[in-house]
Order: sequence, then structure tokens, then C-alpha cells
Amino acid sequence: MITRSEVLETNKMIEDYNLDVRTITMGINLMDCADSDIDKFNEKVYHKITTCAKDLVKVGDDLAKQFGVPVVHKRISVTPIAIAAAGCQTDSYVSVAHTLDRAAKAVGVNFIGGFSALVQKGCTKSDEILINSIPQALKETDVVCSSVNIGTSRNGLNMDAVKKMGEIILQTAELTKEQDCLGCAKLVVFCNAVEDNPFMAGAFHGVGEKDCVINVGVSGPGVVKKALQEVREADFETLCEAVKKTAFKITRVGQLIAQEASKRLNVPFGIIDLSLAPTPLIGDSIAEIFQEMGLEEAGAPGTTAALAILNDNVKKGGVMASSYVGGLSGAFIPVSEDHGMIVAAEKGALTLEKLEAMTCVCSVGLDMIAIPGDTSAATLSGIIADEAAIGMINNKTTAVRLIPVIGKNVGDTVEFGGLLGYAPIMPVNTYSCEKFIKRGGRIPAPIHSFKN
Amino acid sequence: MKGIITVLGKDHVGIIGTVCTYLSRNDINILDISQTIVGSYLNMMMIVDLSIVKKEFTVLVDEMVELGENMGVAIKMQHEDIFNSMHRV
Repeated sequence: MITRSEVLETNKMIEDYNLDVRTITMGINLMDCADSDIDKFNEKVYHKITTCAKDLVKVGDDLAKQFGVPVVHKRISVTPIAIAAAGCQTDSYVSVAHTLDRAAKAVGVNFIGGFSALVQKGCTKSDEILINSIPQALKETDVVCSSVNIGTSRNGLNMDAVKKMGEIILQTAELTKEQDCLGCAKLVVFCNAVEDNPFMAGAFHGVGEKDCVINVGVSGPGVVKKALQEVREADFETLCEAVKKTAFKITRVGQLIAQEASKRLNVPFGIIDLSLAPTPLIGDSIAEIFQEMGLEEAGAPGTTAALAILNDNVKKGGVMASSYVGGLSGAFIPVSEDHGMIVAAEKGALTLEKLEAMTCVCSVGLDMIAIPGDTSAATLSGIIADEAAIGMINNKTTAVRLIPVIGKNVGDTVEFGGLLGYAPIMPVNTYSCEKFIKRGGRIPAPIHSFKN
Repeated sequence: MKGIITVLGKDHVGIIGTVCTYLSRNDINILDISQTIVGSYLNMMMIVDLSIVKKEFTVLVDEMVELGENMGVAIKMQHEDIFNSMHRV
């Protein structure tokens, strides 16, 4: 029999500590929409998305009501458009982005991911078309998210693509400067991108996936923080146990919602992504977890260790709670989306270099960081290369989502609104890496990739 | 199927009676009920059987929220599985 204390604990997590299911993301394969005529391709894409996802939002809302836990986002990921649209005879995929935008709005989801290309070893003609379409596509659409995978531990890094993406990020910033360069918040550059990630902006539906799947991303930094408040001054063993137990409980909620959503939508369950995703709300912050662990601010010495503990124990606790764990699974450290990170960055406690160190042990990478608008494309590429190298050598996913804010400099702030939050412009090392980036070509796969 | 109902708010005459009348009208059987009053605040929990209920779960949730608002208390009904999932291995 369910006890009063269990009911109270669960409802306190939901009502007081922001426990939620962050996203139900439906992955949809678009490869069967292939057509040499781009108009017909767009028609098929629209039809497929609006058919597969017609009940997604209703089911998400019904589940939230039935179980009394918020299901914050309902989203869609699709096959990388550079693959799905490769048969089209065209020189631009901007019309495809419009189709994705229309389809997403028609079914009521708030983001659709998959305006993507996987170019870790080289670009096809279609990859080039997609990458060149990104700035215009992100300018002209509202809910389309784009990602480009430029490297893997198995293949090394495509440095031509790294160079190109520095330029594309700047062009996207320029084209969306009226909205504080918001386009860049919808663009991620990955190394070791995962095919079943339900979180935006980097979600896409991998080519090894079923036709349609349901992936669920859980969250709950506030709940972890609360659990750590109860073990203040205890040793690390106790701290780790507290994180594990909490992660287990959070993930079980995600598993329940995923299974129910899968049943009601008649779509197979893919994975649970065990991530701690912060929001700009006070109390829903990864940085506040660090403070609870004993650091004055995020960025203080000890932060990387604290993040490593958090990431590892979230996984250890969550893995047993779900039958299929996947996606990015760990702790996200976006700056603008995390109140504690914003404060630490404003005070100067948290720097870009410290964030880079933290990405060695977090689940993704340099995320939602506003930098000066006069940062050069080569510097952006240099940052991407550094981050990708961390991912390649350490067999982990790393990503870069930087926002060069045109017309703003260190000391200014930028407001994205909603869950994307706001951020101070952080300083970037201004020494040049232009000659390094200009070399082009590929960085060969690391020695430890030869495992076969 | 079972539901868990929680009622939270300032105590006054008729809260439990109103909730029970609503449940009975909708063929919902009460399996367990417990309550505490701290200061003048009521904290009640019920486990109810929904196996013969005709209305959709989400409709019941909405109606109970409204019922609570009319009495100045917060009434929440949740499917038991969220608690089973979280607290049972």
C-alpha cells in the first residue's frame, strides 16, 4: 500500500523542487519521403510528421494530468535532412526548414530537431547544401533546430567542417541580430553526436532507428539539490548515495511516462535520457547543486570534480531505473539557462576556460554561452576544435552552442527569453588561431579508436 | 485502477463530506482515508478505486480541481502508478 510519506515526498518533489518530465520527443524517420522533386519531398515530409505526431501533444498533456507531473515539452526529431533530402535536385534546403516549421506548429510541438548533417569524415553535396542553408533557415523559421556532427572518436575530426561551422555560426548571428542572434541558440556543433537524444537543439532521428520512436528526457536539478541539503557536511560516499537514490526516483517517473506515452501513441519506446537539465528558475540549477556540495560559486576550484561526481552518480542511479537508457544522459551546463551559472559568470567566477574543463566530465559541452559579437569565425572554429578534441579523445559527446551577439561586448547582457534565459557576454581569448584553422583537412582518428 | 487523492488547505466544515459525495456520485469507492490537521490546516489523503468509474481520468482531475477551488482547498488526484514507480523497485 502506498504510504502518506511516499505521496508527500513525490508531490513535494513536483511542487516545491521542480521535478518534471522535461520532454517527450518523437523521433520520425523521413527517409521514405525521398523524392527528386523538392516540392513533393516537402509535401511528403509534412504529411508524415503531421500524421505520426498528430496526438503527441494531447497525449503528453493527458499524461501530465493523470500522473500529476508536468510534461514540459513535446517535441519532434527527424532524420538528418542532409540524408533525407539528398535525392532532391536543388541547391537550398531552406524550403525544407519551412516545411518542418509548419508541420511542428500544426501539431503543436515547441521545437523540431533534425535540420542536420553528419560530416565527421567528409561532406557530401547534400551536406554542403544543408550547411549553407542553416543561417537562412534559422532566420526564417521559429521552431526548427539544427545540428552538425563534425567528428567522432572513431573517425577523427573533419577540420574543413570545423572551419566552415565557425563561419556559419557568425552568419547565423548576423542574420538574426534583430533578435539578439537567437538563431545561434538553435544551432549545435557536435563531436560524437548521439542518434537518440531527445533534447534540443541537438536532437535528430538516427539512421539506425525505427520508423518512429518515443524518447523521453527527464530532469530535476532542484530535487537533487534538495536531497543534498539533507546530507550537508556528510562525506563523499553519503553525497554520492544521495544523488544516486534521487536519480533513481526521477528516472522511474520518466520511465513510467515513456511507457504510457508509447502505449497510447502506439509508437515503440526508444530510450530515457537521464539528464539534469536546468532552467532559469531559482532552485532548478546545476550551479546551485555545486553550492550545496560546498563550492562558493560555480567555477571555483573543485567545480570539475563536483560535476564529475554529479554526472557519474546520476547515471549510476538512473541506469537501474529504466530498461533502455540512452541519449546524452548526465548533467547539462548551459550558462544562460541556469540561474546559478549566470550569477557565477556575471561575478567572473565562471570563465569560458573553466567551462571547457567542465565539459570533460559533463554530458555535453559549451552550451548557451554568449560571447562578443566581434569574435572572428576562426576563433569560433578554434573553440569548436578544442571542444571536439575533448570529445574525440575521451570517447564522449561534446558540443558547442555559442552565441556571438552582434553589437554587444563584455559587460553587456543578452536576453533570449523563456527557457533560453539570459546571459552576460563572456570574454573570449583573443589570440589568433587563424593559421591553425586555415590548414583544413582532417585530424586522423585517435589511436584508441583502433579497437577492432 | 487506483487513484490517490490529496486535499490540502485551511480546514472548515464540509470538506470531506463534499469530496465523498462527489466520489460517490461518480462510482468511486474509497479504499483508505487518512488525515492530519496541523494548526488549522487540513492534509488529507485517500486511496480510491476507479475500476467502475465512467468518466475519463483527466475529466475527474479537472472536476476535482474545480471542487477544491470552490471550497478554498487544493484537491489533486493522481494515478497510483507514479508513486509505485518512484518508491517500489
